[in-house]
Amino acid sequence: MTDATSTPGAMPHAAPKSSLLTLDSRVRRRNAAEARFRAYGIAAVSVGLIFLVFLLIAIFRNGIPAFTQTFISVPVELVEEKLDKTGNRDIEEIKKVSTFGYKPLLVDGLTTMLADAGIENPFEKPADVEKLVSASAVGQIRDYVISHPDAIGKTVEFRVLASSRVDGYFKGRVTRESLVRDKNLDAEHLDVSDALTESGQMKRSFNWAFIFGADASESRPEQAGIGVSMIGSFFMMLVVLFLSLPIGVAASIYLEEFAPKNKWTDLIEVNISNLAAVPSIVFGILGLAVFIQFVELPQSAPLVGGLVLTLMTLPTIIISTRASLKAVPPSIRDAALGVGASKMQSVFHHVLPLAMPGILTGTIIGLAQALGETAPLLLIGMVGFIASNAPDGIAAGFLSPNSAMPAQIYEWAKRADPAYYERAWGGIIILLAFLMTMNIIAIILRRRFERRW
Amino acid sequence: MSMMKLTASALAIAAVSATAAAARDQVQVAGSSTVLPYASIVAEAFGENFDFPTPVVESGGSSAGLKRFCEGVGENTIDVANASRKIKDSEIKACAEAGVTDIIEVKIGYDGIVFASQLNGPEYTAFEPADLFNALAANVLVDGKIAPNPHNQWSDFNADLPSEAILAFVPGTKHGTREVFDEKVIHAGCEATGALEAFKASGMDDKAADKACMELRTDGKSVDIDGDYTETLARIDSNANGIGVFGLAFYENNTDKLKVATMSGVEPKTETIASGDYPVSRPLYFYVKKAHIGVVPGLKEYAEFFVSDDMAGPSGPLSEYGLVSDPELAGTQSMVAEEKTMGSNM
Repeated sequence: MTDATSTPGAMPHAAPKSSLLTLDSRVRRRNAAEARFRAYGIAAVSVGLIFLVFLLIAIFRNGIPAFTQTFISVPVELVEEKLDKTGNRDIEEIKKVSTFGYKPLLVDGLTTMLADAGIENPFEKPADVEKLVSASAVGQIRDYVISHPDAIGKTVEFRVLASSRVDGYFKGRVTRESLVRDKNLDAEHLDVSDALTESGQMKRSFNWAFIFGADASESRPEQAGIGVSMIGSFFMMLVVLFLSLPIGVAASIYLEEFAPKNKWTDLIEVNISNLAAVPSIVFGILGLAVFIQFVELPQSAPLVGGLVLTLMTLPTIIISTRASLKAVPPSIRDAALGVGASKMQSVFHHVLPLAMPGILTGTIIGLAQALGETAPLLLIGMVGFIASNAPDGIAAGFLSPNSAMPAQIYEWAKRADPAYYERAWGGIIILLAFLMTMNIIAIILRRRFERRW
Repeated sequence: MSMMKLTASALAIAAVSATAAAARDQVQVAGSSTVLPYASIVAEAFGENFDFPTPVVESGGSSAGLKRFCEGVGENTIDVANASRKIKDSEIKACAEAGVTDIIEVKIGYDGIVFASQLNGPEYTAFEPADLFNALAANVLVDGKIAPNPHNQWSDFNADLPSEAILAFVPGTKHGTREVFDEKVIHAGCEATGALEAFKASGMDDKAADKACMELRTDGKSVDIDGDYTETLARIDSNANGIGVFGLAFYENNTDKLKVATMSGVEPKTETIASGDYPVSRPLYFYVKKAHIGVVPGLKEYAEFFVSDDMAGPSGPLSEYGLVSDPELAGTQSMVAEEKTMGSNM
């Protein structure tokens, strides 16, 4: 092998029976097999990468539009005779005017706006102009009037959401051809929208309400946001963190450091490993039976969701904690015991701090898994629920019905209005951002604090 | 130890939560996924216009909703069940056994069931109940005799229909929609083709003949969809020759992808359904627990608001979304105002 000077061609007469330098057919076959295997490997990796790229392209192409929304600035005259007949600005009387009472004001406002901008008003019925704006606009004006009663009688400029069809037109989802068969909007609306965009009164801008707002009913997809279900997910994660971390760590410390090795602990160990492989829907049905039907905790509450997800996350945390406890070399324990520490002192003062990065990584990964879980939430009523109220306190955060981010995405994906489809993709982007952040934190923790021996 | 603190705070949170579980100040609604969009539109407007919190609306299906409704009276049970069908006698009985005796039945309007296919797909534009029966039933009349369904193409039994392979996506049996489809389309078709007579002539009693009529073929040409209309839409999207069963509201929101077929020559529209000309429609209901009125704040206001002219009337937001307004809405309004329970006025 080291004899590099001799080449096979130099001594044809003394060719050995077999040599590493001449390739006989078997060697060639083996080399070819290896080359093939490398090619398979590269192919497998590239197929995976291609899928990932497709997925990301699909997600971003479909989801990015959800982050912007079309708004219309419309001056509305808050007519005193309609909003406050007596003129004494009594808030209770102002509240009696329902959102339906504000509709004519909005229609008048829009009509004047068109006239002022010099845009021809093509609508046969004056009320048709209202289809340009979201159904949420009247509520927005009413809220403003209730909080600013002195504004009655004045003309106030409101920045209201455009209706989802108009918004869809600017995002390319709605075309003039498709509107011919759609009774929700007419081509005239699009002409007006184009003119308004030119005059600067209709603008597409970033939509914070999508990230922080509440879910909306099916008649106004333009208003829907993921904020409330984000709070639901947050409270669920709190429950998962504060239950599964102490329980999981305590269980694994006991099993790893203190428990005698016998049939019972073997049985427990096997069961924990099996538990990690149990489909999550099983935990959902367990949660329904135990937490809701037996303990009678409220339906759809993040507390119940958190409890169910705790069950799901526990095995993940126990397994990773035990692995990181195992990775702490026995010499550390021996040294601690050698200088007179008790068993518990050696574990809590020396082993556990060294194992902490691994435990935290495992916990964060477990949490990330729980954050993206939908199946168990199906059964405890967190899916198919309209998350429209933000909880008004910590206790309410745990107990009042709420949804969770993946459940919200699922809910949007099955709604009839195509505008919700885009929001489902947008929701995925937000969920992915959370998962990425959590995973990056886990990686940083591991990189910074992991000790190797 | 920080671990101790974590555990202690977790326990504290659990304890606080358990005590706070008692009070409830918002109306809770569950039930039919067909009624869900309407109920959530009402709930949203209710939250906007009243000082009560926005009611909590969940779906889960008519049967599941009514089951939860009948679990009993109290904070932990729902106040309102939405249903896309009338409550069954067995459910009323189950309710009564759990102590839910006074139930107010509120009819909110009608929902049309339509047959739609890909916008640019084959010309499925006009159906008769008989066509759907011939295409989808398990046993049909062939040359005057009952035989297992031999049809492979629509044109096999009706030359006016396109010669495309039969494929239909119908709602699964857990849906309230399926019941209406079975009764108003398949059974009607069974009668129209004379198969019902033939079943009876073969020695079946009325009940068995009805059942035989509504049995659908299982050779893959009629596909049960257990999910929502979105799933049906996805199937239609990928099968040009398929037709699907949808709610009118769903179709009207997806006119850019779907085209609708007439039934017995009538186009499904709000007007034709309200007048009763379009044959395949059904009433939608919600049920209110009378015992909760006065206990759960805003419950009666919610029920009244739901059926008010502003919401459920012919030009209200519900009808804009696709609900067919009930011509007898005024009667329903006064019934809710007087809190008339089922049975008291029948």
